[in-house]
Amino acid sequence: MTDSDKALLARRPDLATIAQWVKPDARLLDLGCGDGMLLRYLWKERGAQGYGVEIDDAKVGACVQNDVNVLQMNLESGLETFQDRSFDYVILSQTLQAVRHTEDIVREMVRVGREAIVSFPNFGHWSGRLQVMKGRMPVSESLPHQWYNTPNLHLCTIADFEDLAAKLGVRILERVVLHKGEAVSFMPNLFGSLAVYRCAAG
Amino acid sequence: MKPQKARFTEPLALTCGVTLPGFELAYETYGELNAARSNAVLVPHALNASHHVAGTYADEPGNLGWWDNMVGPGKPLDTNRFFVIGVNNLGGCHGSTGPMSPNPATGKPWGGEFPVVTVEDWVQAQARLADHLDIEVFAAVMGGSLGAMQSLQWTLAFPDRIRHALVIAAAPKLSAQNIAFNEVARQAITTDPDFHDGHYYEHGVVPRMGLRLARMLGHITYLSDDAMMEKFGRTLRSGSLGFNFDIDFEIESYLRYQGDKFSTYFDANTYLRITKALDYFDPAAGFGEDLSAAMARAKAAFLVISFTSDWRFAPARSREIVRALLDNRRVVSYLEIDAPHGHDAFLMEDERYMNAVRAYFGNIEL
Repeated sequence: MTDSDKALLARRPDLATIAQWVKPDARLLDLGCGDGMLLRYLWKERGAQGYGVEIDDAKVGACVQNDVNVLQMNLESGLETFQDRSFDYVILSQTLQAVRHTEDIVREMVRVGREAIVSFPNFGHWSGRLQVMKGRMPVSESLPHQWYNTPNLHLCTIADFEDLAAKLGVRILERVVLHKGEAVSFMPNLFGSLAVYRCAAG
Repeated sequence: MKPQKARFTEPLALTCGVTLPGFELAYETYGELNAARSNAVLVPHALNASHHVAGTYADEPGNLGWWDNMVGPGKPLDTNRFFVIGVNNLGGCHGSTGPMSPNPATGKPWGGEFPVVTVEDWVQAQARLADHLDIEVFAAVMGGSLGAMQSLQWTLAFPDRIRHALVIAAAPKLSAQNIAFNEVARQAITTDPDFHDGHYYEHGVVPRMGLRLARMLGHITYLSDDAMMEKFGRTLRSGSLGFNFDIDFEIESYLRYQGDKFSTYFDANTYLRITKALDYFDPAAGFGEDLSAAMARAKAAFLVISFTSDWRFAPARSREIVRALLDNRRVVSYLEIDAPHGHDAFLMEDERYMNAVRAYFGNIEL
């Protein structure tokens, strides 16, 4: 593993989990793919062929620079460009909390992908709860923004997300909860800061 | 750098059924072909341009190539690394065989008798040029607008001879509105009293008024409403209204200037044929209008770029191409550049656009 891969894993702790789940030579769609490093990593590690969806000009440019397939589209206006079950995995890595049409996107993910992989910062982590108890909005490593400059629109806890999945008829196939890159199995909604799910249509 | 000519003596069967006994293509090259012959990039032209893609001629320092901001040493398509070829298409008026050339059957200029050529024909002729230059596989074919259609056609006609297709400000086929604009342009030319069914050379005249109107109309479609307003607004040329039918507004002055300029150097018969080639291009036609089925032949990697303010070939038209490529699991990236200039944006400086093309070429292995 190269130094830049290590730095990437440190920055994106959900990546190792996602890489484990992704079968070799799978077809991926990464929604909100940023600079495309996740796709590049999965391409190198797992031989996965992927496309990223990104709206931001600079990030799209970075994807082209990184030799990653990128499609400049607004994922909020739906995934109509993509056919049903045309990807093995549709990935939404640490972006769920920043999307406006949360329900539509989750529904679209399980339509376009055989499986959907979703990760998000867990708002139920004890440090956040403590800060709220103290009368403050939570600020942490996984939620680094202040209330007035956060890009996040729809923060949720592990319990909240599982409720939404049930409501949308989305089947949860696997869940890994992490804190500082380590798996958390005891009271994950309290001690986990990052949740990673593998789901499919009901 | 200077223009060159290649002569082809092997007959070329055109889509329309006519066979050209032979033909010539005017072309220019920039940079050096490497030893592996793997760094060649073809840059076909759009409606009114030519083989003169970049740089200037020693004896014409003012005649800058039409895509000079994109192609050259250190430019996004870097001629220090790539061997770039510009070619004037068959039926053109910049040196390649076209309506002004002599018809071998009569010895007189073809004029109105020159066959209607298609994008498919152009690509076949370009492939002959590639053979002539001993280029088996192009590293890339890059085009904007009608040039993009040729780039697309290359991936279909010669899937094994093109590694990358850059398809910029494109549409997979024209809409009824696109065809309508072309038809008005053609009518302007063919109803000009100096047109003489295309045989105006013999009469020593040029259908200038028609050509001028065609170009004026074209210019309206190349710019966005906002870009035109930004550039000209309602600015009056002489500061006050004239209450006559001379030029009042700057936009009128601009269109007349562009029309006049064009009518002095462009051939009306070529213009008619190029607009027809645009109208006829429809790779999905033989596939029940299923573009995905049509694109199944393509093997190249694609970079598709559209511009948000382009209403002539709007981003939705580029997304049709992207969708067809995704359906076929092809390697594709798609950029939708938020630029104000309309269709002309593909010829303009825009950092995001230029950087993306630069980065894309930078990742092409030779």
